[in-house]
Amino acid sequence: MSAAAALQWRRPSVLPGFGLAFGYTVLYLSLIVLIPLSATFFKAFTLDWSAFWSTVTAPRVAASLRLTFGASLIAALLNAVFGLLVAWVLVRYRFAGRRMIDALVDLPFALPTAVAGIALTAVYAGNGWIGRLLEPIGIKVAFTPLGVIVALTFIGLPFVVRTVQPVLEDLEPELEEAAATLGANRWQTFRRVIFPAISPALLTGFTLAVARAVGEYGSVIFIAGNVPMVSEITPLLIITKLEQYDYAGATAIAVVMLVISFALLLLINFLQWWAGRRLAADR
Amino acid sequence: MSATLAIPAPVAARRRATAEPVVVRGLLIGAAVTFLGLFLVVPLAAVFTEAFRKGAHVYFAALMEPDALAAVKLTLLVAAIAVPANLIFGVAAAWAIAKFEFKGKSVLTALIDLPFAVSPVVSGLIYVLLFGLRGWFGPWLQAHDIKIIFAVPGIVLATIFVTFPFVARELIPLMQAQGSEEEQAARVLGASGWQMFWRVTLPNIKWGLLYGVILCNARAMGEFGAVSVVSGHIRGATNTMPLYVEILYNEYHFAAAFAVASLLASLALVTLVLKSVVEWKTRQEQAQGEVAFEHGYAT
Repeated sequence: MSAAAALQWRRPSVLPGFGLAFGYTVLYLSLIVLIPLSATFFKAFTLDWSAFWSTVTAPRVAASLRLTFGASLIAALLNAVFGLLVAWVLVRYRFAGRRMIDALVDLPFALPTAVAGIALTAVYAGNGWIGRLLEPIGIKVAFTPLGVIVALTFIGLPFVVRTVQPVLEDLEPELEEAAATLGANRWQTFRRVIFPAISPALLTGFTLAVARAVGEYGSVIFIAGNVPMVSEITPLLIITKLEQYDYAGATAIAVVMLVISFALLLLINFLQWWAGRRLAADR
Repeated sequence: MSATLAIPAPVAARRRATAEPVVVRGLLIGAAVTFLGLFLVVPLAAVFTEAFRKGAHVYFAALMEPDALAAVKLTLLVAAIAVPANLIFGVAAAWAIAKFEFKGKSVLTALIDLPFAVSPVVSGLIYVLLFGLRGWFGPWLQAHDIKIIFAVPGIVLATIFVTFPFVARELIPLMQAQGSEEEQAARVLGASGWQMFWRVTLPNIKWGLLYGVILCNARAMGEFGAVSVVSGHIRGATNTMPLYVEILYNEYHFAAAFAVASLLASLALVTLVLKSVVEWKTRQEQAQGEVAFEHGYAT
């Protein structure tokens, strides 16, 4: 490669090690992530299109996709409401145990999903601590779609809190003071001043929670009961197909999930770019 | 008590215009605490209660089972390979991305985050499609008697995949914020590349590095979906702790399942404590004006 071309591609620097660091990064990324992922797409292209389509639109797969997306959206919505509440309380108020609660919010990130799954099942089963209270009033959580929502709410909980929290911390108090001076009450200030400022972060956190929930497996399979057409999530269906040595079927469903995940990732990147631009415009 | 004197007096009785009434405050705090209690504290408490339901004797007996010990060993082995692998990658990637200007940098940064977007089950599946018996390299691997899927190498690969971005995404914003003036000064003063790295860069990024390693390790030891696909669930051979929990649970050995789960839950609690300590340390250094640390989960 000529020196001139290299200079155009990379700005010169006195620091050493670019070649080694960059080369290793690209090699490792390719071997672990890019090549295996592309191989999956190539595998999908070798499938017969009509076979692909009939696999993906089979009633059992369609039902699982409906459940996975429906439950993910409801769980993320719950997390948007309660996550905003938790972030607000943690940033704005001082009370006993606040630091501990702040640290505890990350529990779903730290707790292995299988542990979360059996723990939630134990709590929400008919004889569990909470299930026992809900069953007499006719609410069954474990082994129903409602259980799927509970598990997905658990694992998505930190996303909204941790994206809204820093924005709420950085919010300038002058804005609220100005609103109060102009005669707004607290609710009006929240709705007209605070909420618009944090809404991009809230939306980002919501989308992150959806993205995580859609692919979740470990915490859901224990509490869901996994009844085909009723409480069977899409990732479980991939495993079922694999266990039946139906590699083509598993790949077809996996590709659908990958495409959806990448679309959500693009959306998240766009939301963050938008939020960053709004933040820059405010300053 | 003299100690209480140091605590500042309660805020003035008159409410500021930018604060909520006490009743609203109380209700909001109550609602938040109730929500977190129901969704976080109760399940966590349930793990330990169920683990000791049949007494300490059953608890320790379950942990002393040869299969349980094998699962603990495998989990430690997998983490001991996956975490350093991603640590080296994270430092290399952050060095290239944060300290140099080149075309395609934002694409590279986005690609590093890719594994977080992929479902754990799909993360396992992609390796089955490559190395499984019917995969691209399956026949070749079989001919040379190399086992990756349903064996330890597959578990390590899947774990590396799901924990891939942790260290890199922690270091990239940190090193970008720090700039490269200190490294440039070291070079001008005659330090070699490695001297500069060990004496200047590494001390600057140590807390961020530790933070990434803690999160990476927690996920590596706790990963379930991806590992489940590639493991084959062979007792005593390819069962990690989370997989062993599932097997015990599905065989109705609830007390034993929760006993092993309680180890993983303790690991999670230790992770949270360490994480808080590192965050606190970072804030302290930040207050001293030494380090600008960008903290956050957002991609």
